[in-house]
Amino acid sequence: MAYTNELRTRLTQTLEELSAAGLSKDERYIRSAQGVEIEVEYPLGSAPRRVLNFCANNYLGLASHPRVVEAARRGLDERGYGMSSVRFICGTQDSHNELEQRLAEFLGMPEAILFASCFDANAAFFEVFFGREDVIISDRLIHASLIDGIRLCEAQRDTYKNSDTAHLEKKLQMWKDKARSICVVTDGVFSMDGMIAPLDRIAELCEQYGALLVVDDSHATGFIGRTGRGTHEHHNVMDRVDVITTTLGKALGGASGGLVAGPPEIVSLLRNRGRPYLFSNAVPPAVIYGALEVMEMLTEGTALRDTLEANAAHFRRRMEAAGFTLVQGESPIVPVMFGDARLAADMARSMLDEGIYVIGFSHPVVPMGKARIRVQLSASHTTEQIDHCVEAFIRCGEKHGVIKKDVGAGS
Amino acid sequence: MSGELREKIIQFIHDEYVDDGTEVDDNTPLISSGLVDSFSMVSLKLYLEQEFEIEIDDDEASTEEFETVSRIQSLVSRKLQERH
Repeated sequence: MAYTNELRTRLTQTLEELSAAGLSKDERYIRSAQGVEIEVEYPLGSAPRRVLNFCANNYLGLASHPRVVEAARRGLDERGYGMSSVRFICGTQDSHNELEQRLAEFLGMPEAILFASCFDANAAFFEVFFGREDVIISDRLIHASLIDGIRLCEAQRDTYKNSDTAHLEKKLQMWKDKARSICVVTDGVFSMDGMIAPLDRIAELCEQYGALLVVDDSHATGFIGRTGRGTHEHHNVMDRVDVITTTLGKALGGASGGLVAGPPEIVSLLRNRGRPYLFSNAVPPAVIYGALEVMEMLTEGTALRDTLEANAAHFRRRMEAAGFTLVQGESPIVPVMFGDARLAADMARSMLDEGIYVIGFSHPVVPMGKARIRVQLSASHTTEQIDHCVEAFIRCGEKHGVIKKDVGAGS
Repeated sequence: MSGELREKIIQFIHDEYVDDGTEVDDNTPLISSGLVDSFSMVSLKLYLEQEFEIEIDDDEASTEEFETVSRIQSLVSRKLQERH
């Protein structure tokens, strides 16, 4: 054993510091299938209680949808539990290929390649294509997995202010003759704010300066845009984004798996050189079958994303009428702002007592002084459940002095 | 010169990094507060090199040296002296 006392003391101290700062991540046990109504054991050891879930990435409500579960079961029956291999040895079934084609088609991209997660997809991408002669210019609020992916490559790095296209243009001008190639990276929808990136202007600038545009659309694929293709559809630039990375772990069934979609050469090189692809197991058959069923459902019509859009609009309208401060936007991610970290945490705890499961976010996940509860709507929420959530917010908001008692609940 | 130097650095930091009205003074923590992250530090280094016609080695562009306006000002002054 080389687990020394010195190391143990240091780790214990770090854990105590996290706890003292109120930053410890304590997990709540869910004793039911994922969905809008779940059974939660919290605090641990207490009797499980049924609550309404408003913090899952289950945007289309497909995590436990009977059709998806049935398809996954068929995958299990027909193709077994695990692949016991990476893709290039003996881990590729015809259904992996079929899903990659369906996903590429859905996104309007030439080809796609599956990864164990979108974190892996983002970790794989940059190292394969960019070296020290290149520069990667990223939005300052991109997801942690993109940041880590960029760190893994030797390219020069620069950033622009969140969704500030004038600042991006300044950076493109500055780098245009100083690098072999320029890559611009943004989230399609920013996970903590729910803001949609101005992809139309970003695409225009990338074309003007010859920069490759990479978009992580994990919080958009399946529901943003008229037919749910994502942020590029929302901004009418379906054919002007070079590369999309996204996930199966949110709207598309929520199990696991991620992908990169883009030109054939990019996809082929990732199959040959993407380290998380080469050294991770293939996505298991049940997940592949489930995701194929999701793709089938999404091409049948737009009912689910339409319901989600209406649910988000209803929630936003009622919360604003009640006097809460929201981050403005159109996505089903609705941040309710409290500023103070302790207040956001107290509100979340009171909400759980009211039977509503939401989580407070504070620094360092969001900027200092911008603590919030991030509410995430689902197509599976009924209007009554959303109203119940709003009313709970009003009661808790009055209790904690966030809103005044005489402000009406709106309609 | 030192007053002008300070003003220029503060102005750049405001333009480049601040988007919520945060006031930056000599001792505002820049790196440890998250106002300037490791990716964004490149802009600051490039600006200092171009504006003051100096060269800052990568190992000198550390998070400690860039932590406050005051530290940055010392670094630039030192580089300017070395040049002369």
